[in-house]
Amino acid sequence: MQPRPQSHSAALGPGCTGPSLANPTPLAFDHQRQVAQAPSCGAEAFAVDPAALANGQPRKHTTYPYVTGTSVLGITYKDGVLLASDTLGAYGSTKRYKSFDRLRKVNESCIVGAGGELSDFQYIMRLLEELSDDDFCMDDGHTLKPAEVHSYLCRVLYNRRNKMDPLWNSLVVGGFHAGKPFLGTVGMQGTNYTDAHVATGFGNHLARPLMREHHRPDMSEEEATALLHQCLKVCYYRDKNSINKFTIAKVSAEGVTISEPFALETEWRYKLFENPAANAAGAW
Amino acid sequence: MFRNQYDQDNTTWSPQGRIFQIEYAMEAVKQGSAAVGLKSHEYAVLATLKRAPSELSSYQRKVFKIDDHMGIAISGLTADGRILCRYMRNECLNHRYVYESPMPLGRLVRQVADKAQMGTHYSHKRPYGVGLIVAGVDESGPHVFYNCPSGNYYDYKAFAMGARSQAAKTYMERQFETFADASLDDLVKHALQALQASLADGELTDKNCSVAVVGKGMPFTLLEDESLAPYIAAVKEEEPAVAEAAPAQGEAAMEAEGGAAAGEGEQQQGDGGDGDAGGQAPMEQ
Repeated sequence: MQPRPQSHSAALGPGCTGPSLANPTPLAFDHQRQVAQAPSCGAEAFAVDPAALANGQPRKHTTYPYVTGTSVLGITYKDGVLLASDTLGAYGSTKRYKSFDRLRKVNESCIVGAGGELSDFQYIMRLLEELSDDDFCMDDGHTLKPAEVHSYLCRVLYNRRNKMDPLWNSLVVGGFHAGKPFLGTVGMQGTNYTDAHVATGFGNHLARPLMREHHRPDMSEEEATALLHQCLKVCYYRDKNSINKFTIAKVSAEGVTISEPFALETEWRYKLFENPAANAAGAW
Repeated sequence: MFRNQYDQDNTTWSPQGRIFQIEYAMEAVKQGSAAVGLKSHEYAVLATLKRAPSELSSYQRKVFKIDDHMGIAISGLTADGRILCRYMRNECLNHRYVYESPMPLGRLVRQVADKAQMGTHYSHKRPYGVGLIVAGVDESGPHVFYNCPSGNYYDYKAFAMGARSQAAKTYMERQFETFADASLDDLVKHALQALQASLADGELTDKNCSVAVVGKGMPFTLLEDESLAPYIAAVKEEEPAVAEAAPAQGEAAMEAEGGAAAGEGEQQQGDGGDGDAGGQAPMEQ
């Protein structure tokens, strides 16, 4: 992967690199970078806007997330991996964007799900799409394996964290390669691990206990889906920043399918909910 | 190829559509000592003849490990070869760091070729004067590639380059159909026998050649001196049967794939000068 000329246009803001078409292609397209022997893979993702660094100030506006997604759940089953999440992009406590796909396909053997700052997730998806496009253009049969996607994302997130300009995401990478399912997670500091079932955010507290109790690596797809529905329900009940609109993504030997959004049955008619002010001490 | 008015620099085309400086760079590869690469379904093998600048010095290294799953043999300007070797090692290391997996050979070879092409594109640069045989194993099996100073790269089943390499090519053209299923020992012996065809005088010893092997379960291993001795001995044992030394006429041998037996006896002449049998247009289309 050769680094491409980037457009650090002020219109896009610092820390953002635009498409190379924003710059006219120089006649002398020099692949060499300032430092001899600088790597040619991973270069773009790790690039920091030099203009901002020149100011000497650490960047502050990327140290707080604005539009966020909540938990992502992932489990392996006999023939592959299932990821699940809701489709909400929350703006603080406002449930602002209710149809945001937080589970995306990378290639035929890999999917990625994200919680946290959704614009950073879109940037990450752009990086992954560029890698997949490169693979397609090389046309040599090699595609990114799920473990390679996971490793790449670890390096990107860790690198950005070291530059004090994190990509504010908790990612789940799921895939199926060489007959084996792969499931891993990467946090915004670059913390990463692989496991048979993972969850980000609130899901770690709400869903993992259920997964620990019910998950088996040889589950069938129906059992795995039922377990995920159960976990999603709990997350919806207990997580304030969630809505009753979910998608489930599946990777298996046949490839990737991402379901249409669906809702789950929930029960709210509890007696104590009927008159919420009954035991309140009174308001001002 | 003679001096002419179109060979002054990199950026001048001849009326026949040739850039002579690039072709002269490819000649530099033919000045280096011979190197061969071949592969089977499971292994890829490199073998090179080492030269010593004088009796007092050690032999010049020609085989370099790039990563656990690949290595190169160089022929031509050694200094250029070292730079490309360093570039390849860097790329492999970075690939391992970012993706935690070995770099696919085709990608790296393509990157090296793109880098070499840049040297042929500008008047303020010169082409690299070194040819690389890249041998390695990745997910799609063993590979042998050849990187040319022109910036081209080729996928080979077996290849030889350097001085008097036509003789080695001839040997391999006759035998390459047996390579696919050959055992590792047989493959190394074939490599050494091909190399022997390129020897001007003297014999193969464990001091003047080096061999490297890499395979699916076997990381890139350099065989030199003691570890090479058994293979040299095995080749020497079979010497009488290997009397089909190279014919001087490169062209004639090209099509004599199966008909080797007829030519055996009379082609015992030395293999002088056919290494640069440049009768074929060096510019591969």
